[in-house]
Amino acid sequence: MQIFPCPYCGPRSDAEFHYVGDADKPRPARDCSDEQWAQYLLMRSNARGATRELWVHRTGCGRWLVVNRDTVTHEIHAVEPMNR
Amino acid sequence: MSSIPRRLMTGGEIDRSRKLDFSFDGVALSGYEGDTIASALLAADVPVIARSFKYHRPRGLLAAHHEEPSAIVDLRLGTEHDPNARATLEPLREGMQLTSIHARGTARHDRLAIIDRFARFIPAGFYYKTFMWPNWRLYEPAIRKLAGLGRVDAASRTQAGPHRHLNVDLCIVGAGAAGLAAARAGIRSGRSVLLVEQRTRTGGALLWHDTLIEGTDGRRWAETVTVELTAAGVRVMTRTTAVGLYDHNAIVLHERGKEVDGLWQIRARQIVLATGVTERPLLFGDNDRPGIMLADAALEYLRRYAVVPGQHVLFATGNDTSYATAAAYAAVGVHCTIVDARRHSSAMDAARAVGINVIAGERIERALGSPRVQGARLSSGATLSADLLAVSGGWSPLIHLYCHARGRPRWDLDRGALLPGDAVPGLRVVGSAKGARSLAAALADGTEAGGGSAADAPVCVDLPFDWGGPPDTRMAQGARRVWVDLQHDVTAKDVALAVRENFRAVEHLKRYTTLGMANDQGRTSNINGLALLADHTGKSIAETGVTTFRPPFVPVSLAAVTGMRRGELQAPLRRLALETVHREEGAELRGYGDTLRPAIYGTGADAMLRECTAARTGCVILDASTLGKIEVLGPDAAALLDFVFYTRMSNLAPGRLRYGLALTESGAIFDDGVVLRTAAQRFVISCSSSHVTAMIAHLEGWREDRFDLSRVYMHDTTPRWSTLAISGPDSQRILRTLDIGVDLDDAAFPHMTARVGTFGGYEARIARVSFTGERCYEVSVPADHAEVLWRHARAAGAAPIGVEALGALRCEKGFILVGVETDGETMPHDIGMGRARDTRTDAYVGDRSLHTPAARRAGRRQLVGVATANDRPLPVGAHALQRDAGRRRSVGWISSSHWGVGVGRPVALAMIEDGASRHGETLEFEHFDTVYRGTLVAPCFYDASGARLNV
Repeated sequence: MQIFPCPYCGPRSDAEFHYVGDADKPRPARDCSDEQWAQYLLMRSNARGATRELWVHRTGCGRWLVVNRDTVTHEIHAVEPMNR
Repeated sequence: MSSIPRRLMTGGEIDRSRKLDFSFDGVALSGYEGDTIASALLAADVPVIARSFKYHRPRGLLAAHHEEPSAIVDLRLGTEHDPNARATLEPLREGMQLTSIHARGTARHDRLAIIDRFARFIPAGFYYKTFMWPNWRLYEPAIRKLAGLGRVDAASRTQAGPHRHLNVDLCIVGAGAAGLAAARAGIRSGRSVLLVEQRTRTGGALLWHDTLIEGTDGRRWAETVTVELTAAGVRVMTRTTAVGLYDHNAIVLHERGKEVDGLWQIRARQIVLATGVTERPLLFGDNDRPGIMLADAALEYLRRYAVVPGQHVLFATGNDTSYATAAAYAAVGVHCTIVDARRHSSAMDAARAVGINVIAGERIERALGSPRVQGARLSSGATLSADLLAVSGGWSPLIHLYCHARGRPRWDLDRGALLPGDAVPGLRVVGSAKGARSLAAALADGTEAGGGSAADAPVCVDLPFDWGGPPDTRMAQGARRVWVDLQHDVTAKDVALAVRENFRAVEHLKRYTTLGMANDQGRTSNINGLALLADHTGKSIAETGVTTFRPPFVPVSLAAVTGMRRGELQAPLRRLALETVHREEGAELRGYGDTLRPAIYGTGADAMLRECTAARTGCVILDASTLGKIEVLGPDAAALLDFVFYTRMSNLAPGRLRYGLALTESGAIFDDGVVLRTAAQRFVISCSSSHVTAMIAHLEGWREDRFDLSRVYMHDTTPRWSTLAISGPDSQRILRTLDIGVDLDDAAFPHMTARVGTFGGYEARIARVSFTGERCYEVSVPADHAEVLWRHARAAGAAPIGVEALGALRCEKGFILVGVETDGETMPHDIGMGRARDTRTDAYVGDRSLHTPAARRAGRRQLVGVATANDRPLPVGAHALQRDAGRRRSVGWISSSHWGVGVGRPVALAMIEDGASRHGETLEFEHFDTVYRGTLVAPCFYDASGARLNV
């Protein structure tokens, strides 16, 4: 029911978006340890409060976006393209 | 004294010229247009309307609106059926057949009423202590049958309309005095306004109280304002309930009506809650008898429906507001007595002045009479006779929507009510819901919330609202049971029990006793329960805290939630451009993934076999238009593909095709498909049918994550092209008849290459790639022109083939289907494609996952073929069983199984632990108690060398 202001399409219902996971997760190199790879693959921060999340505007522009939102108050601080 | 008629001759909103016949529990009754089911039952003097949830106690009407806990009926009218219709909310209609729910027999004579005799053995939480031995499961079915509300009838169908959406500046919930004032201020300040009202008309409490606003009676004022609002373009939605408030000022409404029944999703810049208050019942012995009613509800029934529910009415109260009701009843000639817990109030003097007997400083100790009330015993010991007890235990604002928005209510000791606490952005609560003490205050509050100033508020003769203070629990300790939650049959003794068992926190009290957990969400019981809990724990109500409210505010039918997403509309299938042609050809169409495709052409048990035979011996044509065609272009196109695909594509020469896998980051096969390179910087990915959207999202994500967006671009051309696969030993001859303008000799056009020609003046792309295992040409033409191509190929001798036959043909070749052979864990080396894992050093999606301990361990399920001596194919899903330390366990299963036309015997593919190194082993496969034997072989039964393809 939330509104995400897509930088390309304007304010749209969250039903149009698909949640991917945490933003800003660098992809480890091939020589990383099993633990590091598992951390990248499986672990989520699940922060209380301000988070940066990756969402895809599936039934809109299809672009990948970083949504800066508060998981407690559901306030949206900013939505920016993942790829600048 | 002559008796007063149950229904007055004049007055009320009913139309006495339109009589409506209906029945209740088999008894024929009648009411009038304008009645609700409840008011009609009340007017008809039906003694018992319902039986309670747990103890099957006889119940009547306590209230007049959504706060009514007991009056739920099974409603039938024509084909319409509602097993849980709320009598107080449902307008009466001609021909309604109503049945009480939950009783065995009728509400009046319920064979299960005897349960109440055993009440002391089944208090709150009894199921944690009793009915345990030897096994709860023995008692559970019987107990569940005895509980519950209406019975669902599987044969009846309820349907609702589509969900509709609306954006407005101002959404006002509640069209009482404050709500109407807010709406008017809203339009005068130039905003778009939506006014939502649960009742069938606007006005709220103005409809049954005596008020004077802007020189006119409150009821008339409401009508005038409503006309003004509608003329100004306000959408006034009556019989519509705001059921939930969600993030970012989203409100969901449930609109009921003769033709419409559907949900609305509203987005409002500002929301105003003018939802009003509901009265609380009093706590005394046997306070759930039929004939005990909330005082304000008694006034509503009298004024709106002209029903007089009692000849001798005993009012029990602690606030002045009930006195207006008493005066109204006295005015129609009813004998009224008021018992007031307070010692003195000015209202008492006024009442006595008109001849009403007021007993001050007294309370009702218990109700007398069964099943219906016949009187009451007071705290003094005196007994009074009465056929209606009109009680008032204070008032509770309806702040549910405020709580949905995560507002935190606060306890107001003076009013004895939970009021909204801190403000929630974008939301304002006004009127009595906010704690207004008078009509003038409510009107001013509403006006300000709508964007006006208090000076613009409608002028009125001010009417004070006496709140009455906190619940009075003095009479809750007696010997007779005192009912707190009527809908879940929770008594004051149950609250005491919960505290004794240390369930002292309000959240625990709620869940242990189920107080407030019924579908009325504790509307008439929460605060009383809180007060009792506070008494027992020695805390104040403010310290005790309160549970929250969640949507929906009132029950919403699943039909309304579903809306139009039912049947075929729930998951609409895509259609092929050639669908009409396929139907003409006699195809049976089925949903495969998200598309409706031909399964088999023709009927009969061997129709599919004939298609397979034609594919292996002659020539067939398959509509393969669902195969994805994603074009990837740009200088970095090759680099993107190399990263996303496990199989390298950058070294593919232009004009050539390569089969490859795309993985997830966990190394599992995400999709397989064929990539065509048409030029140095141009590729076409032909991914699995119905996986196109997922594949595009997958590609796009990595494109945006790792690449300069100006250097690689992609778009989906799948719907633009119809692809027809012409396949079989005879396919080359048929291609020649198409005159495509391409040299079809094998030397010039080998397998796994592509050419561009023309057909009928349009571009035609031909790719030599096969899923059947025979020579095959996938011809793609613009979708609009595919029919000509189809008919031409058919005329030249190609037979149509469906998806089912294709499944059998590819099975004997060992060609996998992602999601059939593979699951969410299958990696490339499990299906014999482990080379890239060992040789590629550059980064690609899933690379690291292919080298984890899990990826490396022995015993991974691997693709094998399964041969059998049976004359019929092995069943799909049969598990291969092995004994391990005395226990049998599954080591894999059969994923595909068909009659192999090419080899003349059954063929199957399976994923078996270490299967690749176990060729020649015979295993037992079990399926539903039958055991089969199968031998593991290489996963290709037909033309293993590929000679029939590489011609």
